[in-house]
Amino acid sequence: MKRKTIIAILAGLVLLSLLVSFAGCPAAEAGYPLHDPEVRFKIATTTSLYDTGLWYHLEPIFEELANVEMDIVYAGTGIALEYGRRGDVDAIIVHDRAREDVFLADGYGINRRNFAYNFFLIAGPASDPAGIAGSTAAEAFEKLYNAGLNNPNAVKFVSRGDDSGTHAKEKLIWSQAGFDYEEVRNSGAWYVEAGKGMGPTLLMANEMQSYVMADISTFLAYNLKSNLSIVSIVEEDPIFLNVYAAIAINPETHPKAKIDIANRFINWLISKDVQDIISTYGEAEYGRPLFFPIAGCDMPGCPPVEDYTLPVPEYTSS
Amino acid sequence: MTEIWEGLVTAVKLIISLDPEVMQIAGRSLAISATSSAIAALICLPLGAVIHFNRFPGKRTLINIIQTLFSLPTVAVGLFVFVLFSSAGPLGGFGILFSPAVMVIGQVVLITPLMLGLIISALSATDKAITDTAVSLGASGFQMSVVTFREARFGVLAGLIMGFGRAISEVGLSLMVGGNIRGFTRTITTAISLETSKGDLELALALGMILIFIALVINIGLNRIQQR
Repeated sequence: MKRKTIIAILAGLVLLSLLVSFAGCPAAEAGYPLHDPEVRFKIATTTSLYDTGLWYHLEPIFEELANVEMDIVYAGTGIALEYGRRGDVDAIIVHDRAREDVFLADGYGINRRNFAYNFFLIAGPASDPAGIAGSTAAEAFEKLYNAGLNNPNAVKFVSRGDDSGTHAKEKLIWSQAGFDYEEVRNSGAWYVEAGKGMGPTLLMANEMQSYVMADISTFLAYNLKSNLSIVSIVEEDPIFLNVYAAIAINPETHPKAKIDIANRFINWLISKDVQDIISTYGEAEYGRPLFFPIAGCDMPGCPPVEDYTLPVPEYTSS
Repeated sequence: MTEIWEGLVTAVKLIISLDPEVMQIAGRSLAISATSSAIAALICLPLGAVIHFNRFPGKRTLINIIQTLFSLPTVAVGLFVFVLFSSAGPLGGFGILFSPAVMVIGQVVLITPLMLGLIISALSATDKAITDTAVSLGASGFQMSVVTFREARFGVLAGLIMGFGRAISEVGLSLMVGGNIRGFTRTITTAISLETSKGDLELALALGMILIFIALVINIGLNRIQQR
């Protein structure tokens, strides 16, 4: 029976580890203080805000303020919206105005507030084999398409291919350039779908020496960290404006959604404190801030002022 | 080459200095996988005995099915568990998606066929004469299975360890249902996948080394038990 005893001891140890891990024992959570582990506030966030480290910076501040444990799930806008529709999270951080509007109209989300913005860019090999320097976004895409079809070995384009906000913007530019997106994506080996977050897609484009569309913030963050050999080639087209929004999940659709914390979170994001943090975040490391606070957004395509100045009202069930 | 070398040096430093984040992730990985292995063992040990000691029609087919499920893809289990436990799913009422609990459930589903199949083969490999002798000496059904388990202990233990190994090394399931949340559901494998995609190779390498180290310790332990 000795062996049985060994197995019993093994099982006992395992059960002990279970207790330790689920009781939120402080020793097991060293270096990462738990606030109120009973109150878990879940958000799904677009990958660029995560890959640039902004959430690592903001998370502990909000946890301290609201005394909750914040769970941040890394997901492109498409997946984040799906988590929201299913009620698996309490709030989402996304950047695709068209799909946000549908999400709100379908009754899945309430209290959208924009809180930050930045711009996209097209990066590629410094030699610029497709010759897109100096083009607008749409012209650049057209050149990439033609050069890619003619010489897929030299000119490649890596797309997020994951229904994220960046991917949605890419599709928008393709249609602005007069292309049918399905045709582009099936046109040949030059068009590569990564199916990954912003940072990983950048690294992939860098490895393949291909063109890629990215937001400036993630590009800067990865350029410093991984010393990218691809460079930014096309910037400053009005279509490149990229506005981030926070949306609370509608408790009438998903009664378990923690609307009070979500509201507090959104009001906190548009508060002066956080807007100040955003206006300087990354300055020390990258020589310029990675994101812009939404209040400075004054170009065409910027959201109306009430989309970020009006605090969301307290929720009262109807 | 320098990148790999520097990564390895930093990785060793992270481990030696007991870096809190590394230790926390490794501890969580161990706790989750050990829990799921224990639950799977509690299911598989009795169930394996029931299947082994009884004759019933379709037994061969059942064992074939169990063996087919050895290669259950982790992402398929992940998808299945996600749909089940998602808030809009049939078990969404528990509200445990993106938590360690649902990762344990998924891992149990994943490794139960493997453990069960290996336990049944270990039991089948025992000398038939032993059970016959036990029965002829008047052993009850329970006593007979105790004798057989004792005879098959190495194989059974190996089955349990294999199950644990599959649980701690899988990544697709943990990523899909756990959400890779820092300080909550981030395990060694999901952290490696994230850190590699972020280009932070040092942390990924350190965690990879810890994973191999855990496998080594378990194997040494298993060998020692077998040599006694």
